[in-house]
Amino acid sequence: MWRFIGLRTLLAVPVILIVITLTFFLVRAAPGGPFSSEKAVSPQVKAALEAQYRLDQPLFQQYLSYLGDLAHGDLGPTFRYPGRTVNELIIQGLPVTAELGLYALLIAVLFGVLAGVLAALKPNSAQDYVPMSVAMVGICMPSFLLGPLLVLVFGIWLGWLPVSGWGNIPGDKILPSLTLGAMYAAYIARLSRSGMLEVMSQDYLRTARAKGLPESVVIIKHALRGGLLPVVSYLGPAFAGLLSGSFVVETIFQIPGLGRFYVQAAFNRDYTMILGTTVFLATLIVLFNLLSDIAAAWLNPRLRFQFRKAQP
Amino acid sequence: MSHDSGILTVTEALPRGVSLWQDAWVRLRKNRLAMFGLCFLLLILLLCLLAPWLTPYGYEEQNLRLGATSPSAAHWLGTDTFGRDLLTRILYGGRVSLMVGFIATAVALVIGVSYGAIAGYAGGRIDGAMMRLVDILYALPFMIFIILLMVVFGRNLLLLFLAIGAVEWLTMARIVRGQIQSLRQQEFVEAAISLGLGPAAIIRRHLIPNALGPVIVYTTLTIPNVMLLEAFLSFLGLGIQPPASSWGLLISAGVETMEEYAWLLIFPGLALSLTLFALNFLGDGLRDALDPRTSKD
Repeated sequence: MWRFIGLRTLLAVPVILIVITLTFFLVRAAPGGPFSSEKAVSPQVKAALEAQYRLDQPLFQQYLSYLGDLAHGDLGPTFRYPGRTVNELIIQGLPVTAELGLYALLIAVLFGVLAGVLAALKPNSAQDYVPMSVAMVGICMPSFLLGPLLVLVFGIWLGWLPVSGWGNIPGDKILPSLTLGAMYAAYIARLSRSGMLEVMSQDYLRTARAKGLPESVVIIKHALRGGLLPVVSYLGPAFAGLLSGSFVVETIFQIPGLGRFYVQAAFNRDYTMILGTTVFLATLIVLFNLLSDIAAAWLNPRLRFQFRKAQP
Repeated sequence: MSHDSGILTVTEALPRGVSLWQDAWVRLRKNRLAMFGLCFLLLILLLCLLAPWLTPYGYEEQNLRLGATSPSAAHWLGTDTFGRDLLTRILYGGRVSLMVGFIATAVALVIGVSYGAIAGYAGGRIDGAMMRLVDILYALPFMIFIILLMVVFGRNLLLLFLAIGAVEWLTMARIVRGQIQSLRQQEFVEAAISLGLGPAAIIRRHLIPNALGPVIVYTTLTIPNVMLLEAFLSFLGLGIQPPASSWGLLISAGVETMEEYAWLLIFPGLALSLTLFALNFLGDGLRDALDPRTSKD
């Protein structure tokens, strides 16, 4: 197990380095300087600005000093909000996005696992078809469509829930969380259904029943551990999806989170902000993938041998 | 089972057996949802392709005096705020959305199949190195990179194809590599080697045709993912640019006016969702018909 964790962590280091390098040079390769759209400024001001943002140095030197700053956790200043650093904006936006993501993840896991397990307990019955059809609708209804539709029905036509904002009016967190979580709930439902179905036919469950355990214990203690494995492995990619999904949801519901900053930075061509947030988000995703792999290996000892020898 | 053209003359003399493909087709025909998906897709494809001859309006044709109207006999799905016919715009938008779906998937297919086939056939250290690269790329958060690419290099359709294709080939490579690895141990490959065929010919003529089942299944399931990605980018304003039209773009425009003109959101949304539905049903059906086991990972 420790060997697995160690090797898996080692693999994450080059990935994060590649992310940083790729992002840095991609952003630098962008046509047009960061100040080219601004009004004509005197050469002195321009030189001063470039010096402030280290643009006067050779590219590779800039890269090295950026890496150096990163090592101290410093993502640099922003182009568009003078006097503010990328760190400040991330710290400002992160709690909102994290809360939104957490609620969405809770919704996804709770509803998804419940629907999937119920469906797997009675395959090919109404208890299977109804939740799985709803899940199929969820998969084919992307958040940028579901969100506005929910707003239209519950916010505008029925007037039950607020249509935008975050934490200002009671109930305004419901629609965004639901919008973000719905698609992942659908995926998790399908994953846990097929995972459970596979486990239910295995010998060790027959053994558990044969020794006289009540059905609820068989399901909860024995079947869930194996059956939900695909869900645990999926949590890493789901986290990445939730982050990019939050871009859309925060735009629709006008939530001042990280995703909205990112999209705004993209439109403002605020290169340091894009660079900083990309590096931050990407690192977060890589770390979360690592965690979900380790959790999966903890649940399923067979996965730990992934790095021992090539699979036959 | 083998698609070796060298023995075709022999098999033709024998009573015809049921090939894998005929068998799969029979099973697929029994799956009502998958058949519905297939028919729906063909219909949508046909409608979108024939759009210029089907509607009397142009997709950019404005009628400002008319403005937004609800569905009527002249405009079946109504018009948008510029008085443009919504049905026409949905059909033309479908052309772009479907084209992105198919072309980007084709890019992923070509890269993934050749990469996976080479790695699987070479085996050993080459295979290890090639798959380690896939592992590393797998861990990269591509969604964020695609957004970044669109921001940095402008909203270019060709770049969009390449970027999406570049993301989706990884799983394809893994699937094909696994298939090839198990196939190359079999006798018909040894026979081909002893006949003096080179590796390229063996991969192309003998291995890839036999690995097609899972590839087809995965391709069908990739197309809806790609279309979602395109719609997502267009919704954020980073994909297709107006006045061109795509479903993501129409939805994003519909959101802005949904309070007064709900149909401008609902109809494009329906078009996208139903197509995704059909593709997913077809993909699931193909998986059941062609290959119940290997397509899972």
